[in-house]
This record gives sequence, structure tokens and C-alpha cells, in this order.
Amino acid sequence: MKAKIIVTPKKAVLDPQGKTVQNALEHMGYRGVKAVHVGKYLEIELDGTDKEAARQQLNEAAHKFLSNPVIEDYRLEIE
Amino acid sequence: MNFVVLQFPASNCDQDAVHGVRVLGHSARLLWHKEHSLGEADAVIVPGGFSYGDYLRCGAIARFSPVMQAVKQFAENGGLVLGVCNGFQVLTEAGLLPGALIRNRDLQFHCEHIFLKTATNDSPFTSQIPSGKILRVPIAHGEGCYFADEQTLASLKANNQILWHYCDANGNLTETANPNGSLQNIAGICNERRNVAGLMPHPERACEPLLGSADGKLIFESMIHALQSRLAKAA
Repeated sequence: MKAKIIVTPKKAVLDPQGKTVQNALEHMGYRGVKAVHVGKYLEIELDGTDKEAARQQLNEAAHKFLSNPVIEDYRLEIE
Repeated sequence: MNFVVLQFPASNCDQDAVHGVRVLGHSARLLWHKEHSLGEADAVIVPGGFSYGDYLRCGAIARFSPVMQAVKQFAENGGLVLGVCNGFQVLTEAGLLPGALIRNRDLQFHCEHIFLKTATNDSPFTSQIPSGKILRVPIAHGEGCYFADEQTLASLKANNQILWHYCDANGNLTETANPNGSLQNIAGICNERRNVAGLMPHPERACEPLLGSADGKLIFESMIHALQSRLAKAA
């Protein structure tokens, strides 16, 4: 099984990286860029086939460690 | 007094912290992060550096080191804990201090001297800092922007938990004096119980005139004073 976790900065947190990337895109000539948010992507390969058990485990890991709930949100997909 | 300075893989201000304490005539020793016990310790310093390469997030992995369980217990029992720079990051990740440290607003790593205004003398980390004295201390960080949500900030204010603000040479809290975009120019805070503190600037690098400033000594002196008072009370 493979778990995909996307960690993004919370909306309330300033994202200077995102802003910088947005500015660069505009400078490069790309139009219509409303906003950019820079986050993190993790891929976790797992043994077994029990998706639900894996989801429970990884939600806990994502909340406790893989993301910092003070400043980040996360999305978890398991395939 | 016995100061214990933690050492994580890639901590790099541990030796300076030990030296800073010794310059004041007190005892300090390094403690490897895998240790489960602090041993004889009156205070713990969580030093600066790039523990675990700042992988995932600064301090995110170090906070799970075996020694941190002992530090948590020590803090719960009222022990004094000071986190400097990466140490501050470790303490926020560990939940021993509120809020978080994020990337500097201008995305640059700042390595320079800054000025600190002490917000309150009512703490074991600031009691010996003369009223009105502006501290000159170096910073060296890329992720020192203090962030906390509105509720937390209000609570910090209400409980007098903000210990230091970035200021200019005259003590004004201006935007230019803020090297990293920290909310409200917050440079350092303590917990509600006032026994755990964290700050991004490096007091251990400002303990001798030779280093350009000896203002950092005042923070260690405050801790020592608090510990000596406790000892006197217990006697």
C-alpha cells in the first residue's frame, strides 16, 4: 500500500515562500496566478492490505509528527 | 549549580552554552540525546543548531529523542528549562511552549546582532536584567519567525509570558528592528508556569566582552539567582 500525505501551511500563517514563488511566476510571464502555497509531500510505503487500519495509524502520525497542527494542515490518501 | 546541556545530532551551540555557564563559575555538562536520565541537574539548556538537519521541520525529530521524556518530567516538576534557537524550536514542537517558529519573513538566513527589550522581570530568566537595559545579542537563524494564533497571543499577553521583544537601539519595537517577521516582535517567551522559556537569539554567544557583548550573561545570571533562591528557601 502507498500513503500520500500533503502538508500545507494553514491559511492564517504567512507563506513568504508561496508569495515569492508567485512573484517569480509573474516575472516569468505567467498570467492569472492568484496565489501559490508551498507545502510538503510525503510518500509512505506500507506492508499489508488493511487500508482502514493504515489510515488510522497514519492520521495519528500525521497529527503528532508529520505535520505541526499549529501551522499546518494535512491531507491523507491511501491507495 | 548544575546545568545540563542537551546534545542532539547536529546541535552546534552546545559547547558555547557549556562555556557560557562555566564563565559564570557554575557547572555545566553535555548530555547526549539518547540518555534517559538527566542525572544531577538544576537546569536544562536545549541548545541551538540544526538538530537532525532540520529535516521535516526544525526540532520536529529531536523532540522525540529519549532525553526529551526526562526533560518533560523535569519541567513538570518545576525544573528550569531554557531553549535557545533550535532549542526554542524543539520546545514548541514538544508542546512545552506554545506557538511555532516558521521561516523568516524575508526568506533570508539572518546572522547579525540584534537588540532585545525585556518585557518583564517577573521570571527566572529575566529577574536580574536591569530595568530599561537593552540587550545586544547575536542571532543566526533562517526559521525564527514566531507564530501563534490570535487566541494564543492574547493568552501570552494576558499571562505576561512574553519575555523579550526585538527592538531598536533605543528600545522601540519597530518593524525594521524585527529580523524575522515574528508576530508582535516576539523574540522569546515562557510557559504559563514560568519555568520553561525559549528565545531565538543566542545569550550563550554574548557572555564575554571578547564576543562583542556580555549581555547574554544576564539571562544565565537570572536562572542562577532563581535556583539559589529556591535552595535558600528549601534550607
